[in-house]
Amino acid sequence: MNVTLAVAWAHLVGRKRQTLVALGGVVLGVAFFLATSSLMRGSERDFLQRLVDNAPHITVYDEYRDPPAQPAALRWPEAALALPRVKPQRETRGIRGWPRLLEALRQRPGLPYGVRVAPVLNGAVVLSFAGRVQGLQLSGIDPLAMKGVSTIESKMIEGSLDSLDADASGIVLGAGLMQQFQLRVGSTVTVVAAGGLSRSLKVVGVFRTGNQGYDEGQAFVKLQRAQALLGRENRVNRLILQLDDPQAAAALAPQIEAQWGYKSVSWSEASQDILSLLVIRNLIMYTVVSAILVVASLGIYNTLSTVALEKTRDIAILKSMGFHARELQRIFLLQGLAVGVLGSLIGLGLGALLMQALGQVKVKPPGAVDVTHLPIYWGPEQFALAAAFALLSALAAAWLPARKAANLQPVDILRGAA
Amino acid sequence: MTVLLQAIELTRVLPGDVPVTLVDRVSLQIERGEFVSIVGPSGSGKSSLLYLLGLLDRPTSGRLILDGVDTAGFSEDRLADTRLAKLGFVFQFHFLLPEFSLLDNVALPMRRLRRWSEAEIEARALARLGELGLAGHERKLPQAISGGQRQRVAIARALANEPLLILADEPTGNLDTAASANVRAILRELCHRQGTTVVTVTHDTGFAAAADRCITLVDGHVVTPEPSQ
Repeated sequence: MNVTLAVAWAHLVGRKRQTLVALGGVVLGVAFFLATSSLMRGSERDFLQRLVDNAPHITVYDEYRDPPAQPAALRWPEAALALPRVKPQRETRGIRGWPRLLEALRQRPGLPYGVRVAPVLNGAVVLSFAGRVQGLQLSGIDPLAMKGVSTIESKMIEGSLDSLDADASGIVLGAGLMQQFQLRVGSTVTVVAAGGLSRSLKVVGVFRTGNQGYDEGQAFVKLQRAQALLGRENRVNRLILQLDDPQAAAALAPQIEAQWGYKSVSWSEASQDILSLLVIRNLIMYTVVSAILVVASLGIYNTLSTVALEKTRDIAILKSMGFHARELQRIFLLQGLAVGVLGSLIGLGLGALLMQALGQVKVKPPGAVDVTHLPIYWGPEQFALAAAFALLSALAAAWLPARKAANLQPVDILRGAA
Repeated sequence: MTVLLQAIELTRVLPGDVPVTLVDRVSLQIERGEFVSIVGPSGSGKSSLLYLLGLLDRPTSGRLILDGVDTAGFSEDRLADTRLAKLGFVFQFHFLLPEFSLLDNVALPMRRLRRWSEAEIEARALARLGELGLAGHERKLPQAISGGQRQRVAIARALANEPLLILADEPTGNLDTAASANVRAILRELCHRQGTTVVTVTHDTGFAAAADRCITLVDGHVVTPEPSQ
């Protein structure tokens, strides 16, 4: 056996209890690091999954990011102009030529992922029933296309979006509104648009998402019905895209915008605040769990510096015998490494058990129908991260005692021991 | 006989607010196969001189020529390699590694030197221990044997790599009379039978009498005319 390894091993085994304490620190540190980070990452992914599932991956708006330049500014681009009280040109809002855009997006050549697109016309209306009124966001949809891009169909508690196809005068409302207005499927309500047009519609379906504002303030009708009601024939003002690969949205949205001019917002752009919040949350989490490992490494430091102190005679004789300073340093680094490796291995096992146990815990999030388990993320990179951090802190903890051993002058010890 | 070790004007000063001169311009020669005792009162710088001769400490000034090579410009690692291959040490305290068996303690310098195969190393360590009357104890730990036996193990370890020179610092300082006589006899035998050069620093008058030559040190100076005969 290698001599330095043999000496390192003898030091570790010779102080079983302290070695075990140091080892225990690393084991617990790694296990909790793993359990905490898997839970945090799991909940983060769960959250993102909900975000990605419920929100459109890309929304194309009937707007431009930069308002069009005024004719005068186009005519004299270099001039210092001040034109007070200029109003934008009057126009019927909406995405021009949306069927072409829709077709182009659906058959985008060379796109490595599937795209589903649904046209939507949104507008504000007032619902009145039995003398009560309530402002609503009315979305005119193509039920078939909508089912491809939204989870709303899965939130239907009565009827289906398809009922809108069957009954051109149908409307789908949220459960909150139904309760407020004491409506039931089959009831007839009056919807008044901002332009003054009004229409009697029959309730054909009810959804419940768990989001109170949405359940009380959202309504769906067929696209043509909304266009007629809002006075915007053949127009839509949103295209909702859902991709097979949500991560591709951030790259695709600017392409669409560059090609067609309309403002296209990916889910990651729309949720930037939440995403940056998650980054901060991860930062805090990793700081805290790393602190556990730093404390554990103090245990290693404590053990090894005691060994270095108690073993000065052994170090002195090894050095006088002809061992190099580097080899003595290696003896102590090896001890730190051994505790780190063994602690990591056991810690990863214990951490996996903890994760398994946490995964059994049942929770019922507000608004959710089913009881779910705590989300645990089993990504291998966390195991690697926990082990790497443990090894690093073990080596760092061994570094000082190792240097002390390497720098020891045998003569100082021999003089004292004589 | 040829010169094994030559010290020229060796001086060692401990730096500090009040510098202390431990060894003061010591010049001496040690021939191959000689048994030399360095004697002198406490604090005369005997041990410090031995550390200088053993390349454990660097002189403040002066030169040391070992086996025909001037050691002045040696790096720490080269000094260590020279100690490993050419020198053997025996101290007052045995300095055996407590976790290792006697066999492993003796094998340690050989395993570090890697001149022999593992099988040879074990055979040689067993032979050394046997020669020093420790046959049957090879697998014991140092704490299981007596002080005299431990010191004999330390001598076996010092001999492990077949050194040119054994340097012993008060090798009998912790031993009773019988054990002291035993250690003395062993070192003398080594010297005279096997031609190993031995330099001991000692208070032990028996040693001084057994030695081929005595060098007396007072306040860091050599006081006996040298060579004495």
